[in-house]
Amino acid sequence: MLKRTTLFSQHQRLGARLVDFGGWEMPVQYSGILDEHQCVRRHAGLFDIAHMGQVAVSGPKAEPFLQALLTNDVGRLQIGQGQYTLMCLPDGGVVDDLYLYRLEQDHYWLVINASRVEPDLVWMRGRQQESNWGDGVTVRDESGTWGAVAIQGPRCREVLERALGRWNGERIVELSKNRIATGTFDGHPLRVACTGYTGEDGFEVMAPHAALPVLWENFLAQGTDAGIKPCGLGARDSLRLEACYPLYGHELSETISPVEAGLGFFVAWKKGSFTGAEALRAQKAEGAPRKIIAIKMVAGSAPPRGGYKVWSTGPASRPIGELTSGGVSPTLGTGIGLALVERASVEIGGPVGVEIRGKRYGAEVVKKPFYRKPV
Amino acid sequence: MSNVPDGLKYAKSHEWVKVEGGAAVVGITDHAQHELTDVVFVELPPLGASVKAGAPCAVVESVKTASDIYSPVTGVVRAVNPALTGNPALVNSDPYGEGWFFRVELASADEVAGLLSSDSYRAQIGG
Repeated sequence: MLKRTTLFSQHQRLGARLVDFGGWEMPVQYSGILDEHQCVRRHAGLFDIAHMGQVAVSGPKAEPFLQALLTNDVGRLQIGQGQYTLMCLPDGGVVDDLYLYRLEQDHYWLVINASRVEPDLVWMRGRQQESNWGDGVTVRDESGTWGAVAIQGPRCREVLERALGRWNGERIVELSKNRIATGTFDGHPLRVACTGYTGEDGFEVMAPHAALPVLWENFLAQGTDAGIKPCGLGARDSLRLEACYPLYGHELSETISPVEAGLGFFVAWKKGSFTGAEALRAQKAEGAPRKIIAIKMVAGSAPPRGGYKVWSTGPASRPIGELTSGGVSPTLGTGIGLALVERASVEIGGPVGVEIRGKRYGAEVVKKPFYRKPV
Repeated sequence: MSNVPDGLKYAKSHEWVKVEGGAAVVGITDHAQHELTDVVFVELPPLGASVKAGAPCAVVESVKTASDIYSPVTGVVRAVNPALTGNPALVNSDPYGEGWFFRVELASADEVAGLLSSDSYRAQIGG
C-alpha cells in the first residue's frame, strides 16, 4: 500500500496523474509538465513536498554533534537561518543532502529526502551512540507530524503576502534567501523558509500535516491573480535539472562525493573534523578522478536520459562516463543532462558524444547551471 | 474520454492504421498521446525500411521517458511525417491528423483485417 500525504484528495480533485515515488503515491503532473514548468518560471507554482523527511535535533550538544555529522559550517548559522549541507560517509560518499535550519540556540531542524528517511536516521543514531553524545543530543523523527508545501516562482511573494500576511510584526514576504520565520496560521504552527529547488525565488512552508490542505487551498485561492498552478514531480525535476541542483540517487549517492558532484562550496574546509573530512580533503587536494558535468545536446537530437553512455570524441573516442540525469529543457528547447565522467577527459566548451539507442549524438560541455533567474 | 474515430483500425499497443489503397498511414491514438504526456521528440523509421507487425519501429520521447512504437502492419516505409521533426507536439494536439508517423506499403492487405475495430479498441481502453 502506497503512502499518501494529507493533500491526496486535493490532487485527485485537481485531476493529477499519480505515480509511485519511493513508496509514496504522488502527483507527477496536473496540467502537464511543460505547462507547469513554464508557470513556475513566469508566475508561481505550488508543490506538495509533504513526503519529505523532517527531523529535529536538539540539546546542549546539538551544535557540536551536527558539526561532526555534516559538511557545512553549522557554527555560521544564526537563529532563523538555514543552509544546504551534506551528510557523508567516512569515504566521502553521501548519506543524504539536506537543508538544516537553526530554529533556536539549541534546536535545529533538518529537511531530508523522502527516500532517505530510514538510512539517515540509522546513520545519525549510529554516530550519536558511537561518539557517546549521551543526553546532550536528541534526534527525533518528526516526519509523521510535520510536512511541507513549496511555493516557487517570480510571483510567489505576492501570493505569500496575501495568504499569510505578517507574523510577530515581521512581514514574511520580506524574508531573504536562507531565512526561516516561525508563526501561526489558522491556529497551526507554521515555518516559512526562503529556499527552494527550482532556480526561482521561492519558499518552503512547513506545517503539521493536518494543516496542509487548508494551507494548499488558501495558496491556490489567493494566488489566482498571480497565475499560480499546482505542479507535480515532473516539473520539479525539469526545473531542478535546468538549475543543476543535484537529485539524490542520481548526482549524489553513497558512491558519489560532494567534491565529485561539484558541491565543494557546501563543504566547510576550514572547520574541524567531521565524518568524511579526510577523504574529501584528499579528493580536493589531489583532484577527484570523476566529476559531474553539464552537457547540452546539439539541437535536433533525441533527449538524453539518465544511464546513457557518454563518449569522448576524436579518433581515440571511448566511453568516459554516463548521464546521471537528462531530459529536454523547456527553457532552452533542447536536450540537457548532467553526467558523471572522468575529470581529465572534458573541458567547458568541448564536444562529447551521447549514445542514444546505439547511435552517437553530439553534445557540448557547458558551464552550470543551464538556467539562472534574471536579476 | 479519449477520442477513438470510427473507420480506422487499431493495434493493442495503441497505434492506429488508416488504409488508403495498398498503403497504410500509421500514428498513435489519442489515448496513447494522453498517457505519454507532452511529446518532445519522435524518432521515425528510415524511408525504405522494412517494418514487421508487432515489432518496434519508432520511438516517442515525452518529457519524462522514451517509449517504443510498434508497427501494426508489415511492409515497407514509403513516407514519414517531416512535420514531427520541428514540432513533435503535433502528436499531442492532432494525433489522428497532422501528428501521423509514417506510411507503409502493405505486404498483405489481409493483415489489416486482424486489427481491432474502433469498438474493440474503445473496450480495451475502458471507454
